[in-house]
Amino acid sequence: MRALKIIVFVLLSCFASVSLAWSGEAEIRASIAQLATAKGFPEIEKIVKDLAALGDPLVNPALTALADGNLQVRKSDNAIFITRDGGAGVALIDPVTGEDAGEAAKADVVKIKVNNGLRRIIRDSLGNLTLQSPDTATRLQAAQTIFRNSDASQLVALDAAISSEKISAVKTQMELARASAILNSDRGDDEKIAAITLIKERGGRDALSLLTATEAKTNGLVKDQAGAAVASIERSLAFWATGQNVWYGLSLGSVLLLAAIGLAITFGVMGVINMAHGEMVMLGAYTTFVTQDIIRDSFPGLFDWSLLIALPLAFLVAAIVGVIIERGIIRHLYGRPLETLLATWGVSLILQQGVRSIFGPTNQEVGNPSWMSGSFQIGELDITWNRLWIIVFSLIVFFVLLVALNRTPLGLQMRAVTQNRRMASAMGIRTPFVDSMTFALGSGIAGIAGVALSQIDNVSPNLGQSYIIDSFMVVVFGGVGNLWGTLVGALSLGILNKFLEPFAGAVLGKILVLILIILFIQKRPRGLFALKGRAVEA
Amino acid sequence: MRIKDKLLNKVATAALGTAMLWASPAMAADDTIKVGVLHSLSGTMAISETTLKDAVLMLIDEQNKKGGVLGKKLEAVVVDPASDWPLFAEKARELIEKDKVSAVFGCWTSVSRKSVLPVFEELNSLLFYPVQYEGEESQRNIFYTGAAPNQQAIPAVDYLLANDKVERWVLAGTDYVYPRTTNKILEAYLLAKGVKAEDIMINYTPFGHSDWQTIVSDIKKFGSAGKKTAVVSTINGDANVPFYKELGNQGIKAEDIPVVAFSVGEEELAGLDTAPLVGHLAAWNYFQSMDNPVNESFIKTWKAFIKNEKRVTNDPMEATYIGFNMWIKAVEAAGTTDADAVIDSIVGVSVPNLTGGYSAMLPNHHITKPVLIGEIQADGQFETVWQTPGLVAGDEWSDFLPDSKDLISDWRKPMSCGNFNTATGKCGGKG
Repeated sequence: MRALKIIVFVLLSCFASVSLAWSGEAEIRASIAQLATAKGFPEIEKIVKDLAALGDPLVNPALTALADGNLQVRKSDNAIFITRDGGAGVALIDPVTGEDAGEAAKADVVKIKVNNGLRRIIRDSLGNLTLQSPDTATRLQAAQTIFRNSDASQLVALDAAISSEKISAVKTQMELARASAILNSDRGDDEKIAAITLIKERGGRDALSLLTATEAKTNGLVKDQAGAAVASIERSLAFWATGQNVWYGLSLGSVLLLAAIGLAITFGVMGVINMAHGEMVMLGAYTTFVTQDIIRDSFPGLFDWSLLIALPLAFLVAAIVGVIIERGIIRHLYGRPLETLLATWGVSLILQQGVRSIFGPTNQEVGNPSWMSGSFQIGELDITWNRLWIIVFSLIVFFVLLVALNRTPLGLQMRAVTQNRRMASAMGIRTPFVDSMTFALGSGIAGIAGVALSQIDNVSPNLGQSYIIDSFMVVVFGGVGNLWGTLVGALSLGILNKFLEPFAGAVLGKILVLILIILFIQKRPRGLFALKGRAVEA
Repeated sequence: MRIKDKLLNKVATAALGTAMLWASPAMAADDTIKVGVLHSLSGTMAISETTLKDAVLMLIDEQNKKGGVLGKKLEAVVVDPASDWPLFAEKARELIEKDKVSAVFGCWTSVSRKSVLPVFEELNSLLFYPVQYEGEESQRNIFYTGAAPNQQAIPAVDYLLANDKVERWVLAGTDYVYPRTTNKILEAYLLAKGVKAEDIMINYTPFGHSDWQTIVSDIKKFGSAGKKTAVVSTINGDANVPFYKELGNQGIKAEDIPVVAFSVGEEELAGLDTAPLVGHLAAWNYFQSMDNPVNESFIKTWKAFIKNEKRVTNDPMEATYIGFNMWIKAVEAAGTTDADAVIDSIVGVSVPNLTGGYSAMLPNHHITKPVLIGEIQADGQFETVWQTPGLVAGDEWSDFLPDSKDLISDWRKPMSCGNFNTATGKCGGKG
């Protein structure tokens, strides 16, 4: 008898909970359905707030889709679906259950518009709704969102979440969120001061922003504590700012190094003033664009490898064009720097206009592979992946080139020819061939620099122009004919520029750097690392 | 020496060939009306201006299909001022004196417009200028079909003030006349709205600036003072791609620090992956995404003309479209292409714009247009999130600058003055 009672009770409660869930779902569906006829952002905002107020995790997929612009209305019956792009049409997904609901043509559905304000509200409500999510990353994100918003209404939810949280990293974040919420609540001063201490220990820009706001709106002891915390965080941020400037400087320096290193060969080693050097960089960038275009159309799975595939191609394309220029024009002008300058400048204009005619004058899109997007933090340093990879890449290129010049037969011949052409020729070296190869090497290196620069700059016919002056500056500053000089020159100019920029502004900073270089060249006409010996006089 | 001669010969032939390519239409018969196109086809500005050259050619093509104007066919004379400001003046003179064009469509940067301005005045010809600019100018021979600051910058700031409750402002721009004047107007406007001076940060960068790390992190720092912050960007053309890439990589989200731009349109976004930029804003008077039949057919004609499905349309193209149609209508009303007659007949002319309404030429040679605020979408297009309820009349002399607040312009007779001072009651500027 007792057993029967229990069974009935269990069955009943099951039924009750099912019907409860069902009524929740119905309510959600009704709210979501209102979106189809909502006019303007304020109405949508109200519906979103209603949905969030239900406090049911079932609304998460619909809200996420709305924020991403994937919640659409079917025109024929005003039904609302989450959509995924698939081939010709879009795949329809039920906004509540997540079940497949067929397909529709793109013209048959219309997107529910969102703006920044709505996206912000959705993000905040999702943060509140997902505190108990089974996914660790989602919980962490939820805690971070509440931390930034210091939403006092979430204190109870946070307490519950903290007590059930098992992972310590997430728990710490939740405690910070709780502290931030307390600052915004009407709790007592003791709790607030404890919260300030906790947030002060975390440090960083978000904490600073939070504490500055607290300082402004509180009185007495809390205000003093907040003020002290602000001062302490600012001190630590100032320390990090120096590190940041060094990092930015290194990053700018690596870009300069990449742009200049090919020139260090053609101008530095061969002595050819090659005004078309920038266009070799541009050709490398366009090769990347074409490679990515083909990969996107034919082998989309390979996209993350596109840059690695583009590297040898860019080297080849730029090297071949380099050989053509050397064989066709420059070899007739050896020993006549002024004519070389004019002729290569003409070549640069022809190349620019050629690319403009083929690809059009507008920027081309070169995508960042996933491993080059976004950033990570070390302390208060924001390090973006693309900059980090470019620094690594420029150093690799530098050292490979150094080895190539100093440890390979071709490198030996190159140095021999540039140091004493007639003697080298007498020793049986085919000097015209070596000239071509040297020029091809310099151009090819410029080409692979283009692959890297396509990640941070415009891919347009003007790409090269913006780097040519800087490249010459680096090579001359570092010392003509010395690769190490180019390395040191590029990095020191980069860092100098970045330390001047916060004080002088970008425009004046650049002018100051130029003036400093002019003064430096007056003092040491051969740059940082002057090449000694007969080679220079020859 | 022989080789050098040969080389020179080759270069000369190539140069001649290129010249012929552009000059050949000018050799056609006399019973056509000539239209000058003065846009850079090489150099730094080619990236933006080439599109406008093509747009004018397309409009002429379309007009000729409809039978031309006054019974005559239109004929384009295209020259290339090569992004070289003094060359703009030379080429303008060449178009008017040598080619005897009836009107010129051209210029992009303010400095190129300032360079040709005296030429148009001296030779009494017409220039239709299709780009948003800083205002503070009204000239008898020039028609400004792009936005004046009150048709772009001021409404954008109003939008952010009202919708996002922005309290702190970063005014970032390229270092030249348009951003400097616009920022001066905006600063005065914001101060008048009660924004504190320490809540405004102004930053200028050189043309083609490509290393934005410091500035973007400065913006981040400025934005972490516990007040809602927004960036108003007058950064020009080429520098935008690296700027937006850095924004995306440093994780500045539009929900936290929105960036509203005045020089970034569909064309500039074409070279970018816009997924990390969704929600950043632009203020224009036209977006390609405008949903109306006139725009739809314009886009279709453009894609067919340029033979590329991927090409986009943008605001300066719409301004060119409006200016061109206004000129046609004014010429038809005047019955002649004579500059004085057209200047008299064009004021008040109203033509369809591409946003689904009509734009009219005002006595100050600026036009009426709606102001739209759009958010960048993942597909590189803009979605309109706000627009002015009606049309906004272009205000050439800003009311927010002390030097120009008393000035008005009216080119109708009998006033015929571009800088009438309402305080002194005299024509001739602030003095």
